Amino acid sequence: MSAAVGAKGMDPARVAAALVERVAARNRSAEARARVSAGVSGLTRFANSFIHQNVAEQSAAVGLDVAVDGRLATAHTNRTDDASLDALVHAALAAAEVRPVDPGWAGLAPPAAVTGAEHHDAATAAASPDQRAAVVGAFVAAGEGLAAAGFCSTGAVTAAFANSAGQAVEGRSTRAALDGVHRAAGEGDATADGVAARVSVALSDLDGAAAGELAAAKARAGTRPVELPPGRYEVVLEPRCVADLVDFLAIYGFNARPVLEGQSFARPGEAQLDPALSLWDDAGDHRSTGLLFDHEGTPKRRVPLVDAGTVVGLAHDRRTAARSGTESTGHAVPGGESFGAVPTNLFLGPSAAERSPAPADPAELVASLERGLLVSDFWYTRVLDPKTLVVTGLTRNGVFLVEGGEVVGPVTNLRFTQSYPGALAPGRVIGVGSDARLVSGYSGVHHVPTLRLASWNFTGNARG
Amino acid sequence: MFGYAEAAVEAALAAGAGYADARVIIGRTQGLSAQNGDVEGVAQSESAGLGVRALIGSSWGFFAVADLDDGGARRAGERAAETARASARVPGPPLALAPVEPAVGHWESPCEEDPLSVPLSEKADLLVEVTRTMAGAGASITRASCRVWDNEKWLVSSEGHRVSQRIRECGAEMSATAVGDSETQRRSYPGVRGQYGTRGWELVRQIDLAGNAGRVGEEAVALLSAPPCPEGTTDLVLGSEQMALQIHESVGHAVELDRILGWEAAFAGTSWLDLSQLGALRFGSELMNVTADATLPGALGSFGYDDEGTPAASVDIVRDGIWVGVLSGRDSAALAGVPAGGMVRCDGYDRLPMVRMTNIGMLPGGNSLEEMIGATDDGVFMDTNRSWSIDDRRLNFQFGCEIGWEIKGGRLGRMVRNPTYTGISPRFWGSMDMVGNESEWVFWGTPNCGKGQPMQIGHTGHPAVPARFRGIRVGVRG
Repeated sequence: MSAAVGAKGMDPARVAAALVERVAARNRSAEARARVSAGVSGLTRFANSFIHQNVAEQSAAVGLDVAVDGRLATAHTNRTDDASLDALVHAALAAAEVRPVDPGWAGLAPPAAVTGAEHHDAATAAASPDQRAAVVGAFVAAGEGLAAAGFCSTGAVTAAFANSAGQAVEGRSTRAALDGVHRAAGEGDATADGVAARVSVALSDLDGAAAGELAAAKARAGTRPVELPPGRYEVVLEPRCVADLVDFLAIYGFNARPVLEGQSFARPGEAQLDPALSLWDDAGDHRSTGLLFDHEGTPKRRVPLVDAGTVVGLAHDRRTAARSGTESTGHAVPGGESFGAVPTNLFLGPSAAERSPAPADPAELVASLERGLLVSDFWYTRVLDPKTLVVTGLTRNGVFLVEGGEVVGPVTNLRFTQSYPGALAPGRVIGVGSDARLVSGYSGVHHVPTLRLASWNFTGNARG
Repeated sequence: MFGYAEAAVEAALAAGAGYADARVIIGRTQGLSAQNGDVEGVAQSESAGLGVRALIGSSWGFFAVADLDDGGARRAGERAAETARASARVPGPPLALAPVEPAVGHWESPCEEDPLSVPLSEKADLLVEVTRTMAGAGASITRASCRVWDNEKWLVSSEGHRVSQRIRECGAEMSATAVGDSETQRRSYPGVRGQYGTRGWELVRQIDLAGNAGRVGEEAVALLSAPPCPEGTTDLVLGSEQMALQIHESVGHAVELDRILGWEAAFAGTSWLDLSQLGALRFGSELMNVTADATLPGALGSFGYDDEGTPAASVDIVRDGIWVGVLSGRDSAALAGVPAGGMVRCDGYDRLPMVRMTNIGMLPGGNSLEEMIGATDDGVFMDTNRSWSIDDRRLNFQFGCEIGWEIKGGRLGRMVRNPTYTGISPRFWGSMDMVGNESEWVFWGTPNCGKGQPMQIGHTGHPAVPARFRGIRVGVRG
């Protein structure tokens, strides 16, 4: 009997094991792997400085992969009664029997224990809408006279994995997030937004008042912006921007699948990034969030991706590992058979190399900037070409002109078109902040600092 | 299923809600994908559950459960009211609902050939064949996929709505990527997001993947050696697939009333449109006529009733270039003082219904694509979306296409790679001087529109025709 029981009273480990047994009872030669989770989540959303949408759910998810002589099929359900599980097994086996052999099928994960402490907080798992509303109230109150919008969320999941090769792992995780803006009125119909966000395993780590004060200060500083001409500027990118960079680098670059297909910029062994930077993925770090095993049941490993600017590793699932003659690093994700392996707990930090500059207070990064831009946030970033990783997007929630080491005033939002690895290439990283913190990204929650970069290619302004 | 929804609504009202509605949704999906002649993934899913929405004061409370039983439904109703009540710690003005006649009825989308009944083996054979054909044309990475959704819904409200629907959707897509030394080039068909509709498998047969696979593969390879799109300001002709994206991003999202009211300010963003200008603001040229029409047969954004039970309708959004309409639900419409538009949908039983595009599209004009090219002395023709980025007010955009051709002296010239263009929404639409005719009208479907927190994936339709724009900045690169 598992110690981890889901919110609905359903035991994911028991259901996962039972599913594998049901497959074996129908077809002893079939390989099977089951993923089962139960969760509770709530999200309290506010706009115009009051709560307008407040949602919560109890959820269950059951996923079953079966491979019959290398013919793989997947079925999902959110029901855990006997009839539904039988139907799930039948659907997966029936689909597997009529599809062609999958030449990329790499078999099941072997038995391997998960190590490390769970990223779980019992109080967060039991958080009430009242508790979320209290955080929101503190955020809103910190910006008197401003319009606040955003959300506070809490969630908990209990998950289990079992396969017919004998692997069985389970775990729990919680996550709490506060993400909000304050909006100040400017001249005419212009407005200025300031943003603050925090994410953690525990709701108790979220300080609504502190975040609200930060967002409010940024919004008030952002009124009366000036327009700058497009061009290349030196920049100080705050952590929300840097999270965007490492997300794209990981998804399109350090994912073994596009590397194998020739679609990635990453060339293991080459010094492609500035020696000031190291990048690694580590779900087991005490600062991380999420589960400690992946979609295929493989325990997540710490994977160095960049060491002092040199590409030293890639994220693998079982398919890419088999093609590369290596082992999975535990980075399989749903849909990975088409997309590959994705790091979900990235850490970007200064390298240990002697010539690497010491981490600096973000204020010092600005103070040492002769002329450039301080950027709070990126928005709507999209890839123009995955191999060069040229990305277009905009600034949002505060961009400021810095001259002579001083912030001299806000700037209207700018569009950029920039190669992300190019921006971090050798010689391009001037400084690394000492303010690394968790930031929610596309692929996961990443631990990233402020960066000062030598050049960023802004290709448009408010006039187009 | 109506009984579970009724139990949830009753419980929410008993717990203090002034209004409540509940949806039971049973959904089935199926997806297959192939790469380079091999099937990659075969996945099926089935889900069932109930979501109940309770309105107390200034906030919605929402709770969802997968338990389809009377007790679970009643507990969900109570939890929805409890969740709404917690919002009173940070209160706002009371929220009202625009009046509608409570609907009672049933609707099903048209479907000639049930997509879930088509054998998996037939689907797999099709995807394998087209990826092999594209690879045979020289493309390095060839992909194809198809997806099916079959949703049954039962809605009950405290005002007397009692509506059921069955909506079947399906479609397919394929792409060929050629990998060069320094970059990649991709061609997709029928569009970068495929083609999807509220139709049966007949849609997939009609788009004829097999008949286009060879061309798609060849074009991907040819793009690698094509010259780059010229940089500068020129006339731009867009094909209808790219027009669908242009409409979606710079018109559809801009006229969502929840964005205009600031409800999405922190995430999806707001809008450059001000309600005080509704009916008077010039959005584009006089040739611009846009509707949000949820009644178009087979289009991806069609339904019988939205997820509040408001019957599907066609609403003018831009008429002769003037902004005249918004996308709304009952709550946002009441606040704005406009009639409820019937444009609220959720992407499953476990999500709060929100304002969503239906089929927001351009009405045809009087020109053909051939005429547009013939009338252009110097310009670029672009089609098939590759990248898309627009600011949080839906003003400043930069879009990239998979393929372009120079236009010189009224004729298509060289193929060009990496075509991009950028602009400011009203200025861009104001420069539109030729609009494609009805024979070129395509009901494009977008099955991946993200919005809301928690994130919901919407299925939207975009009827579109080719069009010409004057004096547009093209060829932006990094």
